[in-house]
Amino acid sequence: MAHAHADTAHHDEHHDQPISGIRRWLFATNHKDIGTMYLVFSLIMFFVGGSMAMVIRAELFKPGLQLVDPGFFNQMTTMHALIMIFGAVMPAFVGLANWMVPLQIGAPDMALPRMNNFSFWILPFAFTLLLSTLFVPGGAPAGGWTMYPPLVLQGGNFVPMLIFAVHLMGASSIMGAINVIVTIMNMRAPGMNLLKMPLFCWSWLITAYLLIAVMPVLAGAVTMLLTDHFFGTSFFNAAGGGDPVMFEHVFWFFGHPEVYIMILPAFGIISEIIPTFSRKPLFGAVSMIYATASIAFLSFIVWGHHMFVDGMPVAAQLFFMMSTMLIAVPTGVKVFNWTATMWRGSLSFEPPMLFAVAFLFLFSIGGFSGLMLALTPADFQYQNTYFVVAHFHYVLVPGAVFAIMAAVYYWLPKWTGNMYNMTLAKTHFWLSAIFVNVLFFPQHFLGLAGMPRRIPDYAVQFTDWNMVSSIGGFGFGLSQILFAVVIIQCVRGGAKATSTVWEGATPHGLEWTIPSPAPYHSFTEAPEVK
Amino acid sequence: MRVTPVRLLSSLASLAFAGTAGANTSNGYNLPPGVTDISQAIYGLHMEIFWVCVGIAVVVFGAMIYSLVMFRHSKGAVPDTTMVHSTKVEIVWTIIPVLILVAMAVPAAEIILKMEDTRNSELTVRVTGYQWKWQYQYMDQAEGIGFFSTLKQDSNFARQLNSGVDPSTVPNYLLDVDHPLVVPSGTKVRILLTSQDVIHAWWVPDFGVKRSAIPGFVNELWFKVEPGKEGIYRGQCVALCGRDHGFMPVVVDVRTPDDFKKWVEEQKAALKQAAAPAAAAPATAQVVDVKPAG
Amino acid sequence: MAHAHAQETDKYYVPHQSPWPIYGSVTLFTLMAGAIATLNTWLPAWSLLPGFVMLALMFFFWFGTVVDENQRGMYNMAVDRSFRMGMMWFIFSEVMFFAAFFGALFYARELAVPWLAGGGTKALDKVLLWHQFAGSWPTNGPAALGPRADGTFETIPALGLPAINTAILLTSSVTVTIAHHAILANRRGLAKLTLALTFLLGFTFVYLQAREYHEAYTEFGLQLGTGIYGSTFFMLTGFHGFHVTVGAIMLTVIWLRLMKGHFTPQRHFAFEAVAWYWHFVDVVWLGLFIFVYWL
Ligand code: HEA
Ligand code: HEA
Ligand code: CUA
Ligand SMILES: [Cu+2]
Repeated sequence: MAHAHADTAHHDEHHDQPISGIRRWLFATNHKDIGTMYLVFSLIMFFVGGSMAMVIRAELFKPGLQLVDPGFFNQMTTMHALIMIFGAVMPAFVGLANWMVPLQIGAPDMALPRMNNFSFWILPFAFTLLLSTLFVPGGAPAGGWTMYPPLVLQGGNFVPMLIFAVHLMGASSIMGAINVIVTIMNMRAPGMNLLKMPLFCWSWLITAYLLIAVMPVLAGAVTMLLTDHFFGTSFFNAAGGGDPVMFEHVFWFFGHPEVYIMILPAFGIISEIIPTFSRKPLFGAVSMIYATASIAFLSFIVWGHHMFVDGMPVAAQLFFMMSTMLIAVPTGVKVFNWTATMWRGSLSFEPPMLFAVAFLFLFSIGGFSGLMLALTPADFQYQNTYFVVAHFHYVLVPGAVFAIMAAVYYWLPKWTGNMYNMTLAKTHFWLSAIFVNVLFFPQHFLGLAGMPRRIPDYAVQFTDWNMVSSIGGFGFGLSQILFAVVIIQCVRGGAKATSTVWEGATPHGLEWTIPSPAPYHSFTEAPEVK
Repeated sequence: MRVTPVRLLSSLASLAFAGTAGANTSNGYNLPPGVTDISQAIYGLHMEIFWVCVGIAVVVFGAMIYSLVMFRHSKGAVPDTTMVHSTKVEIVWTIIPVLILVAMAVPAAEIILKMEDTRNSELTVRVTGYQWKWQYQYMDQAEGIGFFSTLKQDSNFARQLNSGVDPSTVPNYLLDVDHPLVVPSGTKVRILLTSQDVIHAWWVPDFGVKRSAIPGFVNELWFKVEPGKEGIYRGQCVALCGRDHGFMPVVVDVRTPDDFKKWVEEQKAALKQAAAPAAAAPATAQVVDVKPAG
Repeated sequence: MAHAHAQETDKYYVPHQSPWPIYGSVTLFTLMAGAIATLNTWLPAWSLLPGFVMLALMFFFWFGTVVDENQRGMYNMAVDRSFRMGMMWFIFSEVMFFAAFFGALFYARELAVPWLAGGGTKALDKVLLWHQFAGSWPTNGPAALGPRADGTFETIPALGLPAINTAILLTSSVTVTIAHHAILANRRGLAKLTLALTFLLGFTFVYLQAREYHEAYTEFGLQLGTGIYGSTFFMLTGFHGFHVTVGAIMLTVIWLRLMKGHFTPQRHFAFEAVAWYWHFVDVVWLGLFIFVYWL
């Protein structure tokens, strides 16, 4: 399909090589450097947020309070979620976009390189702010990642810190999203029309629209929290004519699209990997694009499914139930297309493919429980129990996180020029895939049996499954150390990767036409795409 | 500590026993069918959608597993690279899920309509959430009775950080209160739910009811426990409401209408005594002054 | 013209190394740290100052670099397109920000307030909690929050200052459009005049708005704390007023650049970006005028 010159074309002046030292990173404008920073940041945040999850699982290992007091437990739950969502998963996707979008569309860099660096460097500051709440009087936010008032407004000094940290993350995401859209719309190599564009770029394009549409709404929501807290407004106070539930509406108008922001790029990744290792083109590529766009559209009109128990009018309950259920249809189209791609293919199971296959099964399980939650009467029983926790971890951990790992294992040799230790990577996969189920599957049982979420201690009949879940949690957490080891080893050295990397398989796309490691400046001359 | 089969069995057995006593009818891994029409309808819907999902999973996962086993590179499988698109199958696998979903939505909608119908209730109780207790105030024939309901003392002691008390030695650990809500069976009980500080949520799994208690607003819900199902039913606050969110259980004591009447009279007598000057305040009934939130 | 544009390059300009992004991040952090310290009463309000100074410097130097690169002809049309698209999507994000507050306004007016007064499915809110509440709009809620002891407040009639302000903004939209056509026709004198008129109108708007706020606070009993009406009123008009201020400053900068000889009939992205922004601010105002002041 595509043919490109590698980085051979004449280069003006002295910029072929990165400058050395800290200035390379602080002053970066190169999409690869910025992508690397995003990915490293995200990995660190994954470990920080994961450590908090370990505190949660340790406290829940058995009934009674052994380790932390209830207030601190709530801080852990809240911070764990905020860090995983805004610090680990979202930056990881932006990092992948930074690395791969220019390579896949044949662009010399991201469209707005300085803004690109700005959107990255805001993040470490935002998370410094967020994490430092752990050390201020009154402690870290403890009202859940959903930040519902009036509870969150009972907080102490963390309130403005939390709110401004969210503002910063929002600004970062919006700038990142603008960059992706502009790059894709403006910087495609000649001949790279939208229908030839790889699905990873397509799903990111749609994700970026979602981001620009909803991050400002989140900013508005937390701004109202700020003024309610400090300036006497009554948005969420019934005495002044406001309504606490109004916050939930505004929040979930952001929040639901947000969960698709965390899964659409994952869909894109899976759509790249499965064809490669099935040695067969993606089945129904155009319907994949339509499906992604439909999911994005529907995601704006389903937010009420998080609020069924808040007492909304019957018509609203019915509307949100049905619109939510509809999302299963385009998602189903995607799952079926992936299955059809493997059908009559020629499959091999390198680490990226292993993670992609696990994604197919486990994400679907999470989707099925989502569908159960969508049925309003049933949600009355499930809401705010561990059944919900099980649902969203299935879509987020073996969903989004596994897809990120698949992407890293897929493109790492392209980035570093070295192959990684396949055995270690496969061990990482098998341990993760087994433990993630030990960790989250029993949580379905706990929820159905009646265990509420966000509690540090529980009735004794929930003991057994909690123990199983905690053991799975520790196992899963420890397995992630292998992930870090594989990456570090690979950065340091290893067998040299060819430009195709996956020689035996059939990787498609411009990124495989340039050498590995990808030269510092690629496609300074636009490649011809036929 | 390992989860031995014996431990698991014994806990399941104790749950089953508790079930017959009306305490909690969950078997430890599934929803309780519960003791009201609504909860049983929800249970039915839940099992239905569960089996639908299992059915879909069998088909879809079956196809995946078949591909994983049969079309392996290592077994010399040759890819069929012409298979890229088929409008026909794509239409089919769009339409079939739509039909399945419609089939699921109809019974669900029926249950919703039934749940929302709070007319013709025979007893109304006003329930107010506080950090971290519930207040119950009776209306209708029990007008005037009202009290707070807090986590029972032994649980509260055992749950402190490093209390040294083994929770399994505390009966109904975290699920017992000093003063449960007492209601009659065979009666449509309407709950008017609100909160005095932050959002709480009132849930009794066996009744299939869960609603948020929102400061400044009133939410309604109802339940009707069939005669013969009298007993103690337990639930918890299910909306994060601060540090002791995990420690504000909901306990409902369902009695026969006759027993309930007796209970009401006792309470009223106690109230009268309390109203008389110099009399000691009764243990179970307190007169509380309720102001609007804000 | 001061600088002739160099020949159009075929290479997409990718800056190599730039200190401004990291400086900008430190700036935002300083600004927020100052705001946090002030709000938490850890420090007096002057702690906001360093952030603002740094912010002003950031805009000056960062945009200065970009303008300079542009004048030296380093940007080709592809870069120009990137800037345009970037600005459009930025404005879209602003639209969504305002949408959150308009959403709050509609929710309060159409749902929350009627519910509190026992409307819809929530008849019991009135019976059990808010016996006195009538629920008509404008309202400061069942507890009649606000500065006055008797719980009353007055609103600003749409046909007073707000109508004048509407006229001002609409006029300024016309003048900025004339300026655009003047630039296209290379009639720089007219462009300078009409652009100056535009930002003067903008600052007049801000001034009148400030007077209106002063009156509301001191005479009408209408403050941020005046229940949901005060909240939505001041948040919507306040964020709008802030955007007008920013827009007017940007127009002033563009005018200064015009005076310095920047912009050609073919290339004047910065002018257009600011003009779009100005139209956006204008449209938001129309929404405000209709839904906040008038209806
Ligand atoms: C990546 C994140 C992600 C994704 C992709 C999803 C996907 C879905 N989610 Fe989930 N959800 C969350 C993250 C996510 N969710 C989070 C974080 C929360 C909790 C927030 C909080 O309270 O803290 C939540 C909560 C949540 C709730 C509220 C629960 C409650 O609080 O009571 C509901 C209710 O409807 C719901 C529904 C759904 C549905 C219907 C989907 C669908 O998109 C799923 C579609 C997929 C499939 C159905 C499987 C594949 C399809 C087929 C194989 C085709 C055939 C299938 C059928 C016809 C059935 N989710
Ligand atoms: C992308 C998002 C994401 C991810 C990746 C995760 C990952 C994990 N989550 Fe998370 N979680 C959320 C999003 C996420 N979660 C959200 C949104 C909530 C709701 C919050 C709320 O209620 O407000 C939540 C809530 C939540 C709860 C419920 C808390 C409660 O209701 O009180 C629990 C409990 O088990 C849990 C556990 C875990 C575990 C064990 C992991 C694991 O996958 C983590 C694994 C990773 C590591 C462990 C780090 C790497 C390894 C090391 C650091 C080495 C050291 C390891 C050991 C010492 C063993 N999470
Ligand atoms: Cu009350 Cu949770
Ligand atoms: Cu959702």
